[in-house]
Amino acid sequence: MAILDGQIALVTGASRGIGRAIALALGQAGATVIGTATTEAGAAGIGQVLESSGIKGRGVVLDVTDGSAIPALIGAIEKEFGAVSVLVNNAGITRDNLSMRMKDEEWQAVIDTNLKAVFVMSRAVMKGMMKARSGRIINITSVVGETGNPGQANYAAAKAGVAGMSMALARELGSRNITVNCVAPGFIATDMTDALGDAAREALLGQIPLGRLGAAEEVAAAVVFLASPGAAYVTGSTLHVNGGMFMH
Amino acid sequence: MENIEQRVKKIVAEQLGVNEAEIKNESSFVDDLGADSLDTVELVMALEEEFECEIPDEEAEKITSVQQAIDYVNNHLANKG
Repeated sequence: MAILDGQIALVTGASRGIGRAIALALGQAGATVIGTATTEAGAAGIGQVLESSGIKGRGVVLDVTDGSAIPALIGAIEKEFGAVSVLVNNAGITRDNLSMRMKDEEWQAVIDTNLKAVFVMSRAVMKGMMKARSGRIINITSVVGETGNPGQANYAAAKAGVAGMSMALARELGSRNITVNCVAPGFIATDMTDALGDAAREALLGQIPLGRLGAAEEVAAAVVFLASPGAAYVTGSTLHVNGGMFMH
Repeated sequence: MENIEQRVKKIVAEQLGVNEAEIKNESSFVDDLGADSLDTVELVMALEEEFECEIPDEEAEKITSVQQAIDYVNNHLANKG
């Protein structure tokens, strides 16, 4: 029997990168997986990936900043598969710019998607988790929320905000056996890091004790752990998956 | 069919883990029955389910005793009928 048998996992931003690896890893651990994407093509792609891996579930279209779509989706999932028991808030965007040049829109877009939507998603699944007297909320943050990064004031603020919010939720929901944790990736090999130049890449690797970028699957493994029965006593924590580039 | 008062008390007993005999109409969920703030939210959720209604947040905040819950349900059902 797989460790996540019977669990209904909802993963936002699951069409590529870390989210896709998380969706697959949760599914391979036995969970039914619903993965969200912002486009029809993305949702269809998730569906194909799940199906070809023999994972129950499907891809759905969701704009996480659409406040009314979220409760509707949670309700639809409950009807089709059962109440969401594992929520992974992974969807995120970047709008990098030096602060002096950062537009209000760039600030707000990142706060809305990377911080506010995490709250709205979490609020939407709480009712079902409270009734079930169990649940796991896992938020994907970033090393940047701990260390800061030039050009990412909006992103760092949102990710640090999620970490603080997660601790508040962990305290609110602990008595109902719902845990809330974060996974904070460092630099992971994705489309985003592929775009770095050689010099930037060398400089980056110099700061990482393990001397390499991480793999999306290594972030996914941390998420599977936090979703698993073995993590039942872990709440309000951040699990750093960063090759040692930030320690505390 | 049980009346509304009995149904409300049964839900309160289940949600708060107290004996039905201890529940009086004037009992306050927090002061008399030991509910915490999350319990009161869950209690409203359970009432919504039992009576197939939606209790708006601003109304839910006013329901702090057994009698207030009974009154809300009575009024709601009366309005509905």
